[in-house]
Amino acid sequence: MSSARQPMAGRERDRGREIAEIAALERTWDRPRGFWGWVISTDHKEIGLRFIGTAFLFFAFSGVLAALMRAQLARPENTLLGPDRYNQFFTMHGTGMMFFFAVPVMEGMALYLVPLMIGTRNVTFPRLLNFSYWTFAFAGILLFAGLFFNMGPDVGWFSYVPLAGPAFAPGHRVDLWAQMITLVEASSLGGAVEIVTTVFKQRAPGMSLDRIPLFVWSQVVTSVMILFAMPSVQLATSLLGFDRTAHVTTQFFNPAEGGDPLLWQHLFWFFGHPEVYIIFLPANGFISAMLPAFTRRSVFGYPALVLSNIATGFLGFGVWAHHMFATPLPELGQGLFTAASLMITIPTAINIFCWLATIGTGRVRLRLPMLFILSFFAVFVIGGLTGVMLGSVAINSQVHDTFFVVAHLHYVLIGGAVFPLLGALCFWFPKWTGRMPGERLGIVSFILLFVGFNATFFPMHLLGLMGMTRRVYTYIPETGWGPLNALATVGAGILALGFVLFFVNLAWSRRNGLAAGENPWGSDTLEWATLSPPPRYNFGNPPTVKSRDPLWLDPDDTPVVTGLSTEAREVLVTTAHDAMPHHRLHLAGESPWPFVTAFLCAGTQMGMVFRPHAYVIGLPLIGVALALWFWPSHGPAPLVVPRAAQRESGAPGVTT
Amino acid sequence: MIRVLPGPQSPLDPAGIQALRIEHVWWLFFGITAVVYVVVVAIMLVAAIRRRNAPEPLRPEEDPERERRLIRIVAAALGVTVVLLLVMLVGDFTARRSLRSLEPGDPLEIQVTGHQWWWEFQYQDPIPSNNVTTATELHLPAGRPVEFVLRSADVIHSFWVPNLAGKKDLFPGRLTRLFVRADRVGAYTGQCAEFCGNQHASMRFQVIVDPPQRFQQWLAAQRAPAAAPVTAEQRRGQEVFLGTTCVMCHTVQGTPARSHVGPDLTHVASRQWIASGFLPNTRAHLAEWVADPQRIRPGVRMPLHPLPPQDLRALLEYLESLR
Repeated sequence: MSSARQPMAGRERDRGREIAEIAALERTWDRPRGFWGWVISTDHKEIGLRFIGTAFLFFAFSGVLAALMRAQLARPENTLLGPDRYNQFFTMHGTGMMFFFAVPVMEGMALYLVPLMIGTRNVTFPRLLNFSYWTFAFAGILLFAGLFFNMGPDVGWFSYVPLAGPAFAPGHRVDLWAQMITLVEASSLGGAVEIVTTVFKQRAPGMSLDRIPLFVWSQVVTSVMILFAMPSVQLATSLLGFDRTAHVTTQFFNPAEGGDPLLWQHLFWFFGHPEVYIIFLPANGFISAMLPAFTRRSVFGYPALVLSNIATGFLGFGVWAHHMFATPLPELGQGLFTAASLMITIPTAINIFCWLATIGTGRVRLRLPMLFILSFFAVFVIGGLTGVMLGSVAINSQVHDTFFVVAHLHYVLIGGAVFPLLGALCFWFPKWTGRMPGERLGIVSFILLFVGFNATFFPMHLLGLMGMTRRVYTYIPETGWGPLNALATVGAGILALGFVLFFVNLAWSRRNGLAAGENPWGSDTLEWATLSPPPRYNFGNPPTVKSRDPLWLDPDDTPVVTGLSTEAREVLVTTAHDAMPHHRLHLAGESPWPFVTAFLCAGTQMGMVFRPHAYVIGLPLIGVALALWFWPSHGPAPLVVPRAAQRESGAPGVTT
Repeated sequence: MIRVLPGPQSPLDPAGIQALRIEHVWWLFFGITAVVYVVVVAIMLVAAIRRRNAPEPLRPEEDPERERRLIRIVAAALGVTVVLLLVMLVGDFTARRSLRSLEPGDPLEIQVTGHQWWWEFQYQDPIPSNNVTTATELHLPAGRPVEFVLRSADVIHSFWVPNLAGKKDLFPGRLTRLFVRADRVGAYTGQCAEFCGNQHASMRFQVIVDPPQRFQQWLAAQRAPAAAPVTAEQRRGQEVFLGTTCVMCHTVQGTPARSHVGPDLTHVASRQWIASGFLPNTRAHLAEWVADPQRIRPGVRMPLHPLPPQDLRALLEYLESLR
């Protein structure tokens, strides 16, 4: 008889056993001390936060590059940055934000929160988690370092061939870009595999498919999209690497030798447009997860929201050619892509209507995270609607590749993903630190962010309609683009100040915030059912659920999971559909080899920038490291529990 | 009609039939989306403020009747959304059909070649020797359909004159086509819209829509070989042109300069802009450009070749005589 919800209710004897069990769990789930222990950590919370922190570092670098670009464009014929530097900066801004901030930060949020929300102790493949982080970190550090060694890529984050091919981009700038993109997407794939397997096999007993929290659903759809989208760009960057590497010199994209530059665009945008939804769907999940706390009701239209997420996941792969309407594509095909681009509005509209219904019938609490949610509506909806315009071939043929698109994509990505993300950081900050985020400074930073964002990006709509094309390092005064550009640059300054204040507030709150307790917002999902910050093993006794809002609706005597070993890192594996207990899984522990493998992968990719022999040397070494990583240990084998035996004492299962 | 954001490089200030049709689609989409935005934000604000900080029950209340009402409201909103999307879809398809039907049988054909980083235009004539090649400045007859045949000499560029039509890429290894009918006489600006490297920003061109008769005069003048140098200074300038690196890249019809690496300079003095539409064509700018192109457009393909001051002066004198 033990229950995580009422730890004080147990009898004295139980209580003594509980203390002993907790001590054993602490011991079992603790990682080695010191720097090396930090390096090889396999704790989803630690790695998740590390993903988030590292991604925000790359966000800051990419943001500084954007600020420098805005400074350059503040007035016509400015000479702050020459074209060579400007082109490197806008390329690294886009690459940094898309590949090294947006996707990893969302995966970091998922890796931290999903296991807690579904009531398990860790992700299914803890070593892969470690590998994913280090490949991401190495790829980002190496690519950003390129800027300081005159090796910053300068052909745009989309690297269109033939401009990015060997004939027009000599040197190693594009090689570095191609190899590091291949590497970082390996990290994304690792994270996606973690989420999919963990959600489908490790949910708390009782959490059938129709009780999975909406945030977790968003992350599952996102992860499945990653599994299909990222290989496309990895293929493209690998082929580009082969085209460019001396002694290999394939001709995949060289029209003179029968290759095709259009192939690159198809491969890139088959990844590139789903990428937008890979960034947007997790943010969509944040909103669904935060709304119950601030409207005091569960989100309206759960089935509609889940189905529209899945629909977005499918339709997201059917719209890529709207980035290519100006290229030689068949007209009928363009019509289909227009239709698909307008159709994908429908699931997003369902989301927005359901959320509005939730807010309209709830009892709204205007706390800091809620302000970010409301700003999402004001900002993202503009981006969504300009996106509908861009789906039209006729309108697209005019505004494509102008500042109108720059405005559109920032309204979508900042309004649709970054604002919800900032709200989510405030929302889960108490879970990570045990302290509340400061409300007053937070609201000041919110106002600066909102005003600065709109002052920066709204004028860009108008600039695009005045004919200002994208990716221009300067413009002549005769164009009349000066005043609006000056306004945008002032806005960028306000926006930057807003970001600084936002993080100053979090840093201050980390030490000085009010103590939070387990569930400071009175929210409904399982991550709030454990300590803040959670212990390494997440839950003393993993919970079970009886509803979609377990912390609101489940009775206090809801059973908990017992029978898992406290001496080994065990989790309960449940069935994919109904989340019935199935067997105990012994998770892998820390190992140096995932880190070593990541290091060797990074070294091999980096070597390929300069010499094709890098694969010949690197791949065998990676093979050895992988063999050591997967070398069988002598832990207990997974135990399948026959349905009848579950009731026997000692077997894992559900006990009240 | 009142024009929002008028200008020589604005898709909302159409000077040709294609841009006009596209502008109609734009305003259709703009009108619908603007109304949708206002409605959504208004509902959001009312919803957020109406019951803010209302007292809260211990557990969220269950009100099946209210939820059923919400389902009906959301379903209705979704129905309206689908209808609006269909209206926009039909609007776009109709516009594209009408753009297609505008493609005429016997247009004036102009071949456009994109180079890093300048534009070359060749007016096709049934008699090949009557073809006219020029750069950076495009003259069009008002009211007559024009077919642009677009090709790239190197990387992907995109041909875009916002006041006339949507953009079309110049694709290595493929020909693309764009039909335009300019209706309003005037001067407009075109610019490369696909990032094409270092000087993408300065890859501009001037479009001058003339009445048909003036256009024919211009074309006849362009067909003539270059003016022979008259003054001693101009003759000396021609010697400089033919004796230094200039001749290795440029053409001046009627002289031994026949290279096609850089723009054709046969009538360079008749153009309003130089340096691919980045500098107005004045003596001072021409001097600046010839003396040190890398300072004005860093990375541009035209190399620096220092000339003694008297040679430079003579060269400018010669170039300015090429009307």
